[in-house]
Amino acid sequence: MTQPLLSIENFSARFDQKTVVEQLNLTIQGGERLALVGESGSGKTVTALSILKLVEAAQLSGKIVFNGENLLQKSARDIQRVRGADIAMIFQEPMTALNPLFTIGEQIVETIIAHQALSRAEATQKTLELLTRTGIRQPEKNINSYPHQLSGGQRQRAMIAMALSCKPKLLIADEPTTALDMTIRARIVKLLIELQEEDVRANGTQGMAILLITHDLNLVRKFAHRVAVMERGRLVETADTQTLFAQPQHPYTIKLINSIPERNVLPVASDAKTLLEARKLRVEYPLPRKGWRGLLQSHSFTALHGADVTLREGETVGIVGESGSGKSTLAQAVLNLIKVKSGTIEVDGAPLYQLSKRLQREMRARLQVVFQDPFGSLSPRQTVRQIVGEGLELHFPALTAEERYTRIVQVLSEVGLSAQVLDSYPHEFSGGQRQRIAIARAFVLSPKVVILDEPTSALDVSIQKQVLELLVSLQKKFGLSYLLISHDLTVIQALAHRVYVLKDGEIIESGDTEQIIHTPQHPYTQSLVQASL
Amino acid sequence: MSQVIPHLSPARRNWQRFKRNRLGYWSLIVFVALYVLSLAGEVISNDRPLVVRYEQQWYFPLLNEYPESIFGGNLPIKADYHDPFIKAQLSKAGNFAIYPLNPYYYDTLNYFSKAEHYPGKPDDENLLGTDIAGYDILARLIYGFRVSVTFALGLTAVGVVLGIFFGAVQGYFAGKTDLVIQRLIDIWGSMPELYLLIIFASIFDHSLLLLFGLLSLFGWITLSDYVRAEFLRNRQLEYVKSARALGLSNTQIIWRHILPNSLTPVITFLPFRMSAAIMALASLDFLGLGVTAPAPSLGQLLLQGKENLDAWWIALSSFSVLVLTLLLLTFTGEALRNALDTRISDARQGGTL
Repeated sequence: MTQPLLSIENFSARFDQKTVVEQLNLTIQGGERLALVGESGSGKTVTALSILKLVEAAQLSGKIVFNGENLLQKSARDIQRVRGADIAMIFQEPMTALNPLFTIGEQIVETIIAHQALSRAEATQKTLELLTRTGIRQPEKNINSYPHQLSGGQRQRAMIAMALSCKPKLLIADEPTTALDMTIRARIVKLLIELQEEDVRANGTQGMAILLITHDLNLVRKFAHRVAVMERGRLVETADTQTLFAQPQHPYTIKLINSIPERNVLPVASDAKTLLEARKLRVEYPLPRKGWRGLLQSHSFTALHGADVTLREGETVGIVGESGSGKSTLAQAVLNLIKVKSGTIEVDGAPLYQLSKRLQREMRARLQVVFQDPFGSLSPRQTVRQIVGEGLELHFPALTAEERYTRIVQVLSEVGLSAQVLDSYPHEFSGGQRQRIAIARAFVLSPKVVILDEPTSALDVSIQKQVLELLVSLQKKFGLSYLLISHDLTVIQALAHRVYVLKDGEIIESGDTEQIIHTPQHPYTQSLVQASL
Repeated sequence: MSQVIPHLSPARRNWQRFKRNRLGYWSLIVFVALYVLSLAGEVISNDRPLVVRYEQQWYFPLLNEYPESIFGGNLPIKADYHDPFIKAQLSKAGNFAIYPLNPYYYDTLNYFSKAEHYPGKPDDENLLGTDIAGYDILARLIYGFRVSVTFALGLTAVGVVLGIFFGAVQGYFAGKTDLVIQRLIDIWGSMPELYLLIIFASIFDHSLLLLFGLLSLFGWITLSDYVRAEFLRNRQLEYVKSARALGLSNTQIIWRHILPNSLTPVITFLPFRMSAAIMALASLDFLGLGVTAPAPSLGQLLLQGKENLDAWWIALSSFSVLVLTLLLLTFTGEALRNALDTRISDARQGGTL
């Protein structure tokens, strides 16, 4: 065993009274790919940031030894020489991690000049090489692009080029793919592995090591040599990737691994009637033109080109697609929250768009929605009682206060909350609990169709599973139909009977979920399946 | 999920955070107390006694006007309680009168004083001296403060209502509605406020009502910008979408969902808007565009102070009152701003003194 590249010994971090990392011991060997896994609040990001002393206002204790030197005792000036040169970092959201006022070329050249004695011309030359290596399209042209001119994946590649510019011995990647679309994720992961292996081939055990911070177990399985699992500031298990997935030791690890959702769907009755039928839905957003011409004529961007979707009683239909594919637009069109250009929707045989205002409002009780963000979907100044009861007051004005109370309590117990939470405000709950409240708000109206717009993508994996199980059990109990919108094929696979694949506003493939996942026809679906499973 | 913690609404939580800032909290208390005292100005500073007992009869000069003849005078004219003759009558055996702490109204002229007035130094008769017209400065300060603060409260209230209304309509409906109203506001906001004031002041009689009307026409614009921005941010949050999916009407969504979540800038700006309004009134009075004498006004006292630098008590006292008022409001405002700023933690909130 050689001297480890980085060793973290008895490391603790505290914010005021709150301990976020406690007695952590971890080593990284040269040329190793280590994944640090945990759910939000486990202290994994604080640990990573502490390596470069990037956390402010925290009391750190213990040792972080890199190349024989304790980083925690270095002065601000000395640590600056380590940052970027020996240890580099890539962040989750490349748009905010890059300075929007400089071209990516300028930013990489600056980094190189700051750490290495190179002339500007040499540094530019090197930047071009880096951009080529990280797979930026047309590097000669894009070296002069500003961050906003590049797509998310290209920006993350530029970030990686910048991180690699000084040949770091350790690269810290903090959720590097979370903000990206599925297919792009796979490519970035592949790129990182390639770059690292290339470096290891050249330098042997002196090659670059990568510390990957993530909550995504699929990613870990593909990427890491070794995995360290953190729970609430403590390291609970460290093992080889294969060993960890085959024989997890710690109960928390077992829980994490089991939290990958499993398929759990009931067959739909063959004579189930069609509840919702959308035909040739077309949605356009106006694009304003510049100057005076904008007042006279307007461009438009077509978000949805004639989508046909049907949903039967008791069925879950998945809509899968990446950002910008039009899946949320479809949800809003079905909810009648945006104007459609053309097309019709029939709910229970009634044409939704032709109904009178009053009937449309009545229809809303039968067509409910659960949104993605459990922090944005509840008004912060209403109590749970008000949030859940509001729809009842509107749609069932005949109910007495007592009847309303019973129904609120009943629906809360359906979603696993007790009546004690009635007078609490949303900020008192965790993400998973908030999502339960949002579900209760939709279900209290006894809807027939519920649109689930990325219902679990903001939640931790173990909570995601609980929420999905809750949704399935509610469906069984009330015979509901779900329109499930997600970018995550594992969620779709767990819940949906049928699936529609959406790309650039068009449905490119549809059919039985199992069939689509096992034998995808369209090349895009194939890449999507490959990327996520 | 069995939490037994008291459920603090965000508003209550902010109030507790505000209370933890002792300077701001006490500033608010002192300010409110001063205003309440000034509202009871007639009891504290008045040229008429509160209660009179004269020849087995009760009189309430504070409420009713009594002719001199009642108290043994010759003429059926209004009794002047500073008249040594009346005073002597009231203090005869069996009679008495309870005077306010400061026996002057803001427009009382003491014809019987022996001291040098116009202006007169602080002495036993006039605690803070008299101004160039011979009015008691303490009385004028009390009533001037009352007028200023009432004026500012009214102006702020009208500004808040108009600002929220326009900001809400713009921010909620966005798009073309927003564009049209914003252009109108731009035109409206580009009108020279001060010139308008000067022009109107030269056409009409100077009065508080005129000033109030003119200032409230312009005071809401900045506020509506903030409300608009908050509405634009909140309208696209998912809880608003959920409310629309529930089928709530626009008014219900604005009133119940977006407005309570958009009030932070409004509340934060209240004390600062108050102090701005007090300053506006004082400066207009100082420039001679405001109310005319003998109406009490801090700005006019300041002007007198400037013109009579040898009468140091005029400038000093009026200046002190203005500075104290504005300081109290600023401290309150700062504490409010910190209380509503979520980036400052609860623990650190207490420390900002």
